[in-house]
Amino acid sequence: MSSSTKASRIGEELWKTRVDKVNAELVTLTYGTIVAQLCQDYDGNYQEVNKQLEKMGYNIGMRLIEDFLAKSNVGRCANFRETADMIAKVGFRIFLNIAPTVTNWTSDNNQFSLVFDENPLADFVELPDDGRAQDELWFSNILCGVLRGALEMVQMQIEAHFVSDVLRGDDTTEMRVSLVRYIEDEMPPEEE
Amino acid sequence: MTVFSLIIINKAGGLIYQREFQPGLRKLSTNDYLVLAGTFHGVHAITRTITPKLPYLATTPASNTSTTTSSTPTSATALASPSGTTTPIPNTTSTAATYMYPIPGVAATGLDSLETDKFRLTCFQTLTGTKFLLFTDPHMANVEPVMRKIYEFYADFVMKNPFYQLEMPVRCEAFDRNLNGWLRGRT
Repeated sequence: MSSSTKASRIGEELWKTRVDKVNAELVTLTYGTIVAQLCQDYDGNYQEVNKQLEKMGYNIGMRLIEDFLAKSNVGRCANFRETADMIAKVGFRIFLNIAPTVTNWTSDNNQFSLVFDENPLADFVELPDDGRAQDELWFSNILCGVLRGALEMVQMQIEAHFVSDVLRGDDTTEMRVSLVRYIEDEMPPEEE
Repeated sequence: MTVFSLIIINKAGGLIYQREFQPGLRKLSTNDYLVLAGTFHGVHAITRTITPKLPYLATTPASNTSTTTSSTPTSATALASPSGTTTPIPNTTSTAATYMYPIPGVAATGLDSLETDKFRLTCFQTLTGTKFLLFTDPHMANVEPVMRKIYEFYADFVMKNPFYQLEMPVRCEAFDRNLNGWLRGRT
């Protein structure tokens, strides 16, 4: 069985049995409010908003990973491809009930794309038509941070960013994820 | 089933939680608990280091090897179980190219449990590096599900508490309450 089908099965099972559900509008509206507030606070500086969203996601990811591990009881992934399937088919499934497609691998297996057919965070959203938001704001940028925070806790340094978003008028919503390195040292250097 | 106490050690080897649930073991001073956490962390790291790494292209059947050491006063055995070592290649001079670590392949777990006449210490290390040490009656079966439940409580009431600072001592009342309640319900 491919790691993708296996992951799908695990995700499905966990979603059915272990996950507390919450009203989707609550999530969508809460997240929308946060982004709108940030845009206001940073006075339409969308680069800064992207950065703040990423940072918030990072802090979430570092905590969320323990919930993921405790609930799923999965072991360590054997390689980055397995990690990608785990993120897409288990992680996104249990936290957002979506399963983005893993695609566009580079030949060294260190970079892939997540293509989102649906995105609960962006339901009902239309970006402001100030002529800049369409080009500068990555509305769901919090997700990049979540991945970075979560993977850092399991010894993977990654970089993630959106390359397209249907909110901007693109055909797809796509996030690019690159493995920077495996963090080998188990203990942080304390007294050296 | 008797669960004496629980210790949580962060990934840097610092003690972040210590609670006694049932009497039976002698108490240590706060300082000694800190020393215990640090020492265990070190020993655990060593047991991981001396465990043979997995061959790069290993297909990993779960065959446990065990190393025996003695450390505590009463006949103590320690089991280090890497999950699966197929054909350990004797050539120890081989380079990192042959062995990749911790990924791919399953990382060695290092010290799993330590047993005396009076208690058993079971260690569970999460993939994030946090260690849970559970002191139980040596005859207690099924420590694993208890450990998993404790990890879930930790993920819920510690990690999801937005005011808990990561890697810092755990002072979450809800964690204590739920843990206590659940353990009491099992006895």
